Amino acid sequence: MTQIECKNISIGYDKNAILSDLSFSIENGDYLCILGENGAGKSTLMKTILGLIPIISGKIEFENGLTKKDIGYLPQQTIVQKDFPATCYEIVISGFQNRCGLRPFYNKTEKQKTIDIMREIGIEKLKNKCFRELSGGQKQRVLLARALCSTQKILLLDEPVSGLDPKATEEMYEIIDKLNKNGITVIMISHDVSSALKYAKHILFVNSNPFFGTKEEFENSDLGKQFEKYAGGHIGGHQDE
Amino acid sequence: MSKLFETLSFYLSFPFVRYAIIVGILISLCASLLGVTLVLKRFSYIGDGLSHTAFGAMAIGSVLGLTNNMIIVLPITIVCAILLLKTSQNKKINGDALIAILSVSALAIGYLLLNVFNVSSNVSGDVCTTLFGSTSILTLSSSDVWLTIGLALFVILFFIFFYNKIFAVTFDENFAKASGTKTELFNILLASIIAIVIVIAMNLVGSLLVSALVIFPALSAMRVFKSFKGVIICSGVISVLCAFFGIILSILIGTPVGATIILVDIVCFIAFFIIGKFAYRRKV
Repeated sequence: MTQIECKNISIGYDKNAILSDLSFSIENGDYLCILGENGAGKSTLMKTILGLIPIISGKIEFENGLTKKDIGYLPQQTIVQKDFPATCYEIVISGFQNRCGLRPFYNKTEKQKTIDIMREIGIEKLKNKCFRELSGGQKQRVLLARALCSTQKILLLDEPVSGLDPKATEEMYEIIDKLNKNGITVIMISHDVSSALKYAKHILFVNSNPFFGTKEEFENSDLGKQFEKYAGGHIGGHQDE
Repeated sequence: MSKLFETLSFYLSFPFVRYAIIVGILISLCASLLGVTLVLKRFSYIGDGLSHTAFGAMAIGSVLGLTNNMIIVLPITIVCAILLLKTSQNKKINGDALIAILSVSALAIGYLLLNVFNVSSNVSGDVCTTLFGSTSILTLSSSDVWLTIGLALFVILFFIFFYNKIFAVTFDENFAKASGTKTELFNILLASIIAIVIVIAMNLVGSLLVSALVIFPALSAMRVFKSFKGVIICSGVISVLCAFFGIILSILIGTPVGATIILVDIVCFIAFFIIGKFAYRRKV
């Protein structure tokens, strides 16, 4: 069952396309890794799918009952968040905002669900901790929990492990994998080819000649072989294993 | 000491003093509530830009001979607020440069208009009053008082009703927008509310000092509190207390109202700064 269908899309800022004529589709329960070098347009692609940047041409369709309100997004952290005074609970529950409409306050079910999701992600002990005092890994988990509050269907993750130490990185991947096995579609931007190949079902490699296919197809392609050989599994190669 | 209280109760027996205190407290409360959002969104300076625009609008109003300046000041300020918030999202035009352009232009044009058309015999006195606030808070007519109370209550209700949305959009606008919250509409609404607050706050402290009323309580609260709710409540309380003691103090020792309130705010900020430092060190 297709959830998102992208047909011949061109994306970029201010009508300057950085990627053009890209087509791919995302199935229910899929795990898609978007790979590519810095500046190749990975984040731009994700933001276009999310409707944060207007599309230049082509069509992005949400299918089978998927709407904007079913989207869980884990953005890269912003400067505003660095010294933001807020507890983890306040941040996680704000994921329910899209379901509130004009209702001013969160209801009991939403409050209970927030606690449940925090337990699932392993951050219930951080409930009343201040966000700006957390470690990088804890922050990402809080933002992941927030994304889970706003969706049961699909997660879009923009470099969820960037800046994390190896242990936190591994834990983050495990959590995401568990969520995917529970039926949530995952679209993730990553720099890390080896982990992408470990967990993903489909790979989208963006550059001037984009590749879209299953993990196996990627591994057997010239592109995939190149990365195995030269970069030791990493694009940019700045992370240590 | 007892003499102080005697003087105080003497002054409080006048209705206009009581009005001034009520209006002053409501105004500072509104300013501080929105201040938290503005500081966190890196818009601390927008208050300044808007109040200067409001000064320009006020000058136009005086030249046109309007009895109630609000009719022209409020719409112009709201339009500018929306303009500023909109363009600050556009990375091509620099938000802070635009604020600077707008505020100095408004100041210059406003002052020029007042001089050229010579609407009153004491232009520099009038200008000084609008810039630094005046005793006008003590000479408010009852219609002014009701208008201010009405607007202030509207702002406070808006804030309570949209509290959770304000949090979500302030913390992460992209996330809110991506998951289906109408952030653009919300930003326009917020800009209008900010403009209203700035315009009514000018009555209290004057256009040059409005920013202080907006940012000081928020900054003080952020030194000590760690949750958003805590910061909001604390900054509201700080602002109410500072306004109250500031007005009382200015009555007792005969200083300008606006400047005195802000002096109390500054003292409060320094105190919270020290408390914050101390508390943080003990924890580590």
